[in-house]
Amino acid sequence: MSLEEREARQPVLLLTPAITAVALLLVVPLGFILVYSFWLRTATGADQAGFFLDNWREALFDPFYRDILLNTLKIAAVTTIVCALTGYPAAYFIARSRGNKALLLLLLMLPFWISYIIRTMSWINILGASGAVNSGLMALGLISEPLPMLYNEATVVLGLVHFLLPFMVLNVFVSLDGIDATLEDAACSLGATRWRSFLEVTLPLSLPGLAAGGLLCFVLAAGTYITPIVLGGPSDAMFANLVFEAIITQLDWPMGSALSLMLLAVLGALVLLYNHFLGMAQLMKGLS
Amino acid sequence: MGAVSLTNIVKNFGSFTAVQRMSLDIPEGAFVSLLGPSGCGKTTTLRMIAGLLDPSEGDITIAGRRVNDVPIHKRNLGLVFQNYALFPHKTIAENVAFGLKFRGVSRDDRERRVREALELVQLPDVGSRYPGQLSGGQQQRIALARAIVIEPDVLLLDEPLSALDANLREDMRVELKRIQQRVGITTVFVTHDQSEALALSDHIVVMSKGRVEQTGAPEDVYTTPATEFVARFLGASNIVEARCLAVDGDGVTVEGPGVGRLTLPRERAPQVAGPGPVKLAVRAEKLKLEPAGTAGTAPDDADDLILDGLVETVDYQGLAARYFLRVGDVQLQAINMIDSHPFAEGERVSLRLRPRDCTLLAGSTQ
Repeated sequence: MSLEEREARQPVLLLTPAITAVALLLVVPLGFILVYSFWLRTATGADQAGFFLDNWREALFDPFYRDILLNTLKIAAVTTIVCALTGYPAAYFIARSRGNKALLLLLLMLPFWISYIIRTMSWINILGASGAVNSGLMALGLISEPLPMLYNEATVVLGLVHFLLPFMVLNVFVSLDGIDATLEDAACSLGATRWRSFLEVTLPLSLPGLAAGGLLCFVLAAGTYITPIVLGGPSDAMFANLVFEAIITQLDWPMGSALSLMLLAVLGALVLLYNHFLGMAQLMKGLS
Repeated sequence: MGAVSLTNIVKNFGSFTAVQRMSLDIPEGAFVSLLGPSGCGKTTTLRMIAGLLDPSEGDITIAGRRVNDVPIHKRNLGLVFQNYALFPHKTIAENVAFGLKFRGVSRDDRERRVREALELVQLPDVGSRYPGQLSGGQQQRIALARAIVIEPDVLLLDEPLSALDANLREDMRVELKRIQQRVGITTVFVTHDQSEALALSDHIVVMSKGRVEQTGAPEDVYTTPATEFVARFLGASNIVEARCLAVDGDGVTVEGPGVGRLTLPRERAPQVAGPGPVKLAVRAEKLKLEPAGTAGTAPDDADDLILDGLVETVDYQGLAARYFLRVGDVQLQAINMIDSHPFAEGERVSLRLRPRDCTLLAGSTQ
């Protein structure tokens, strides 16, 4: 076999394991879910195979699902904005710091070494009735009984920001790190203040990173179900909680399938929109 | 007082002193080069003039105004970087117009001045393109246009030609000189390339280890180096440890290994006051090689010193050749134009040396 023939075969050989895994573990199950979503759950508990649109009709037009979907998107949006506002300055600081960049990035990765659930539950020890804040305030005599701070939408956002901030910082950092620092010097030499040169030069050039971080935060936030279970109240269910509820609690696989495909479609549309305007290349840069 | 004055400037980075008590007066409209190897403090000096670094001590004035506490965006400078530093997300016209936005220039005026600046750098039709679509040389012209269009008090150039290919670099050098003379702007040019400094400058400031070694017109610095460092850094020089025997009305008489005894005119040894150890500096191109035995048959100048040498190594360069020669106990290098064919390795030659082409440096230098 010539070198050329071997090189032509190489991509196929190298990609086969990954493609097989994706096909068996992602595409095939997704196909099952698609088929399931058109089945019906009967009163006896057995699923009735066939092509029924009942689940889809309910998922798409029942205001209950629509409201929770909108609320989920709102929580994801608020989380993304908070992550952007708090993550950008941190990323800027790391990108512009000399010498200890590697250490700062390591510190940023540190939370990933602890289980996401443990990290989420740690807020109970901080904001709970006998948590650090309440016992501190009571010890100081500022309050006589614990303030109810947990189990609302704000704590859900708080938990999500805690979870997602590193993704935002990393993406913005990669973008900022690739910007030549002399560009700001050049802008200043031409008469721009530091702030103007940031607005005119650095910020626009870092937007792809901000968008990539934003997309990751939004998609991960919109698909979460653990944070609302741990930190949310009864009315703070997010869309993934409905899927969990349908499949695990009610054993209504067809309905759960329709709901999960709906969420997939909404988030997939968002990714396509992002890809249309900015391309996936930036996202890959941020992840590597 | 000049357009730019540095008075006793010191710059420390922690315990490291990058610039050691430097004073410099740059006249209005002059083209001054800061020349030296990397780490000599030339870029640090430029960045202090620009306001990108604060001097640890000393004063900087630009156009008669002390600017130590004036932030960079209020200094009215044109700054050109080695890597062009064009804004990649803005068009060429937007890049050039950038500085005008902060100077309250009206829209019509802005367009006119951008057009004029692009014509000045001979790229009138690229206004709507993006920097990434231009070649390196074109990008550097745009960077120059962007710096000049704001009519700065001083133009600061930080190795602007270093990122370009050799041929393009020489074209840009001519172009840069043309533009600078046309605009008549005071220019400070940082480079490690002696040929750029010699070709472009009205004054050259040779720096080493944070100190100024010598300041002067290109020809003066080249023909009369003040220190061994300058002699070695500009062009190829032979430095021979010699001994001054006498300083009198005839000149300065020295004796050294290889070269024997010779008498230099007094003005070629300004640093030597009397007998003692000295250094004799001779430029490689001032040693003229002739076939052995022919020298002295037709002496153009009775003072010429004729030495016998053996060619040890030949570095053929096309137009010229660089020879390493054994002359008595020392090795000397000579760069000669090639007439028909170069001398061969192992060939015996005569070296012709005019004493007035030599420079005597104080013996204690380094």
